[in-house]
Amino acid sequence: MQIDAIRSRPIYPGLAIAPLARRHIFALEGEGAGALLDIAGSLTPAVLGRSQILYVARGSLGVGHHGALQTLGAAFWAAPTVQPLLGRLDVELSRSHMGTRLYLAGTEGFIGQAMQVAAAHGIDPASVITEHRGSLARRVQCVHCKGVTEGVTASPFVCSHCGLSLFVRDHYSRRLGAFQGVNIDAEEPGAVPPPEELYL
Amino acid sequence: MKGDLQMRVTALHDEAAGIRRVRLEPVDGGALPAFSGGAHVVVAMQDGGVTRRNPYSLCCDPDDRTGYEIAVARAATSRGGSAFIHERLAVGDVLVVGAPTNLFSPDWRAKKHIMVAGGIGITPFVAMMAQFARAGLAFELHYAVRSRAAAAFAGVLQDRYGPRVKIYAADEGARLPLAALVENQPLGTHLYTCGPERLMGAVLDTARNAGWPEQALHSEHFMAPPPGDPFTVTLAESGREVAVGPDQSLLEALEAAGVNPRYLCRGGVCGECATKVVEFRGTILHADHFLTPEERAESRTIMICMSRFSGDRLVLNL
Repeated sequence: MQIDAIRSRPIYPGLAIAPLARRHIFALEGEGAGALLDIAGSLTPAVLGRSQILYVARGSLGVGHHGALQTLGAAFWAAPTVQPLLGRLDVELSRSHMGTRLYLAGTEGFIGQAMQVAAAHGIDPASVITEHRGSLARRVQCVHCKGVTEGVTASPFVCSHCGLSLFVRDHYSRRLGAFQGVNIDAEEPGAVPPPEELYL
Repeated sequence: MKGDLQMRVTALHDEAAGIRRVRLEPVDGGALPAFSGGAHVVVAMQDGGVTRRNPYSLCCDPDDRTGYEIAVARAATSRGGSAFIHERLAVGDVLVVGAPTNLFSPDWRAKKHIMVAGGIGITPFVAMMAQFARAGLAFELHYAVRSRAAAAFAGVLQDRYGPRVKIYAADEGARLPLAALVENQPLGTHLYTCGPERLMGAVLDTARNAGWPEQALHSEHFMAPPPGDPFTVTLAESGREVAVGPDQSLLEALEAAGVNPRYLCRGGVCGECATKVVEFRGTILHADHFLTPEERAESRTIMICMSRFSGDRLVLNL
């Protein structure tokens, strides 16, 4: 759960079934599986019969939830990593119609990336039902080289693309699904404060 | 208000039985403020000693910066504006027109736009479709009318957009196939409706029941202020009392008394004229689409363009 109030950051209110939807697509990453499993009691056979679960076990704790998700009885597909899951989501959405609702649960970086896939299909982000689960690690874009570093837990950190020391700003871009990282020692190269583990 | 335009009536045309189209061009010439499909203007009309200000959707091509066009249905029980336009307005007359405001803007991220109009509710869609067509966007219009003779713009829209325009005339027994309309629409479709409240309610309910999210549903509730019993309002700042007549809205009564509160839509949807209630003994008759049920129950705010009052004392923060 997020506890801070960063105005640019989306709010992830938690998974709840849209009762009138004709079809439900759940894209779950890592601990995000728990968000669906926690409301499993309220999932009727009718809802599950119209549901598709896309799951990737990459989570902060790395615990697989394949078995528990499979026993729900909905159509289930597991991806080896996030990228193929996003590819599969893209295909599912391209053959979906209005009345299909999308549910996303997992780390913020995953939700942000899946939201980009959804937006490309004209889905309003506010209509996507989301829940943050797992690590608070941030997906950060370096404002200098535009490279994105996944799973950033400390600030400052070293850009995995250009090597600059980056301060992680509390500035989230919904378009990029990433926070902004800005060079911290531009004025005085080498004057980098010790990193603080802020986003575990 | 700031941005008001002096505009001359340059053409009057009966678009259909009981629907008059008015073309207005700026007295001083020059390019008009740009607008987008779905926008409306508030037109001030001097009718004898009374100033009538009514909102009308712009129903011309937003790319045409030389004039604005509105289309006005002759209302069965006109409060004055519709009768004025149909009976007294003449080519050459000058009207004061407010700057365009859009409370019914298309969602430009949509993959497809479906419009459902009933009767005079067609007007905002005429402007929207000009933009959709120019941008090469997917759209369809479903237009319910009493009869083809009463269907404003039907011919011109069918000429322009061909099979993307579907007309359903009640006197031919045709009905809007609402359930089919919301079925199998591609993801990213947005739905817009304008027309009688009952039609809009049916359109929105059908879509909701088919699982459409609220974000994809758009409607424009343009209503005339309801008539009612006369009442008196007290202004907290000056202590003045203003009488509101049975066919006058609170806003109109205040304007007639020389008080000029802020407004935009004059139809109870935008929230601009929200006014604090300092004190009241009686019942506020909320008639807007802006306040939540909780806010209505609290009655600390009143939308003066639509709502009325019944009781012995109403004091507003004006």
